[in-house]
Amino acid sequence: MTKPKTMFEKIWEAHEVREELIYIDLHLVHEVTSPQAFEGLRMTGRKLRRPDKTVATADHNVPTDGTPTANLIKDQLSRKQVETLEENAAEFGVPVYSLGSDTQGIVHVIGPELGLTQPGNTIVCGDSHTSTHGAFGALAFGIGTSEVEHVMATQTLVQRRPKTMRINYTGKLSPSVTSKDLILATIGRLGTGGMTGYVVEYAGEAIRELTMEQRLTVCNMTIEGGGRAGMIAPDEVTYEYMRGKPGVPEDFDAAVEQWKQLPTDEGATFDYEIDIDASAVSPMVTWGTTPGMVIEVTDRVPDPADLPTAGERESAERALQYMGLEAGTPMEDVKPERVFIGSCTNSRISDLREAAGAIKGRKVADTIRAMVVPGSALVKAQAEEEGLDQLFEEAGFEWRGAGCSMCLGMNPDTLFEGERCASTSNRNFEGRQGKGGRTHLVSPTMATAAAIEGHFVDIRNWS
Amino acid sequence: MEPINIIEGEVSFLDRSDVDTDQIIPKQFLKRVERTGFGEFLFYDWIRDGEIVLHPHPILVSGHNFGSGSSREHAVWALHQFGFKAVIAPSYSDIFYSNCTKNGFLPVVLESDECQAIAAAGECRIDLENQVVTGEAKAPSRSTVRSNAACWADLTTSP
Ligand code: SF4
Repeated sequence: MTKPKTMFEKIWEAHEVREELIYIDLHLVHEVTSPQAFEGLRMTGRKLRRPDKTVATADHNVPTDGTPTANLIKDQLSRKQVETLEENAAEFGVPVYSLGSDTQGIVHVIGPELGLTQPGNTIVCGDSHTSTHGAFGALAFGIGTSEVEHVMATQTLVQRRPKTMRINYTGKLSPSVTSKDLILATIGRLGTGGMTGYVVEYAGEAIRELTMEQRLTVCNMTIEGGGRAGMIAPDEVTYEYMRGKPGVPEDFDAAVEQWKQLPTDEGATFDYEIDIDASAVSPMVTWGTTPGMVIEVTDRVPDPADLPTAGERESAERALQYMGLEAGTPMEDVKPERVFIGSCTNSRISDLREAAGAIKGRKVADTIRAMVVPGSALVKAQAEEEGLDQLFEEAGFEWRGAGCSMCLGMNPDTLFEGERCASTSNRNFEGRQGKGGRTHLVSPTMATAAAIEGHFVDIRNWS
Repeated sequence: MEPINIIEGEVSFLDRSDVDTDQIIPKQFLKRVERTGFGEFLFYDWIRDGEIVLHPHPILVSGHNFGSGSSREHAVWALHQFGFKAVIAPSYSDIFYSNCTKNGFLPVVLESDECQAIAAAGECRIDLENQVVTGEAKAPSRSTVRSNAACWADLTTSP
């Protein structure tokens, strides 16, 4: 009998060209982390080895105001970066979905929706949220620009073999509690460095019951816990989601038979395993400046004095000061001025359906400016076909074009100094959404509820 | 890339955990399409707001989970171009650590109390080949520390 293996081991071993050198099946490229890599190829007179396994999109810099083409981007540096991507893609023969393309969008949204993200693949991108794609049972992780260049030149990557962790979720999520809450609660428990050095497999009943898009949200935030990659075993949910998508293998059923071999074998061992009770998870809101600084919406903002170490107390004090929050304030009394529904964490069609479904004819509070930014041009088109844009606009949300938007504010969508935002994105770092901006991470329905009520609410008691 | 053997000199101390790459090089400076010109924007918001003062000594000492967040290699370019040659911290994000090694910028792992002792000593010497870090006490009140470091420089893999 062969030794039982984890899903990670099966994928790693199938891709090891030699020790610690792995073959890459799919390389996703965006405009911010690629120009220096293309330049490196040019300087050394190299070709891009597998343009057919490389796909580029413009997302971070694109305005979401309907600007139709790159040459019309007003910000000069953004325009240059997007145009450089288009030129590089043309020169090296890489397909590119830039501004104006009907498949443009956030790199981690378009991979799955175009059927490019597939089980058993190794997937890299010069972007830390590449962990998203692991939801399909792929090994997917972010790399730096030097590594981007290495993959472009060789289609391989030098990698130290990471350790493996499995998180077993017991029980089911309560109604109104989402996969966003599940992963926020997990990071709150393990800490922002708790997964560092590990590839994390999410398993258990609560995971099996998630839709594909909800699973993407979980894997997306793996990096916020420091994880190298997040993975979920493929199953019928995965295959049904993929079936009929443009990039999937021609003989889909044969591919499915292969993919069925991927899940972790009974008896395989991980370097670390932990159980988390999913049924105990509540709607979550971050209060500080790392995703690990998170509490249940019904909790009060923590008092730094209660924390165990001097270092933690100091970080918490600084975070409270930055966030303009008083210890002991009930989270439900905290009032954002902005609401952002978008980003590679929560901008897929099901996220928008959930957010729109929670409106029920109500209006955005007049103290709030709220915006909805679909993750891709395809999501936008689908939402408009379903009339979600009208539901949002009638309620007073702004309906924008596809892109990273206010997840990081490299484009015109930013917070002003001191503004407080309920955001469905993944990072609440200082200044992430704009200098001096204050970010609270939440799920799409929590964001909608905050927009309507003008403060955070426990959606379990909100009808 | 310069080969690394010994790195020594004064240390700058950034006594914080979870220093993320959004702070190291804020997003508004990621729009350059070159690898150069990032040093002057290192910790732009923190320095400009007077939150921290940082001297371009050869060595930076900081807290847990240094370089967390975004994969931007610009963070390493900025630290390096600012003047640092090495960073010492108890732990790093995986992507940041690997980005360091692609740029001849040395990430050293020491225990938290050793980092504090090096910072207190104010100067140190990193011997990469022998994997030893020595903190020399200059002022009488400063402590001396000698520790085995875990540092790894991968200087052979540029494509
Ligand atoms: S949406 Fe945000 S986290 Fe996702 S790729 Fe864009 S900037 Fe990065």
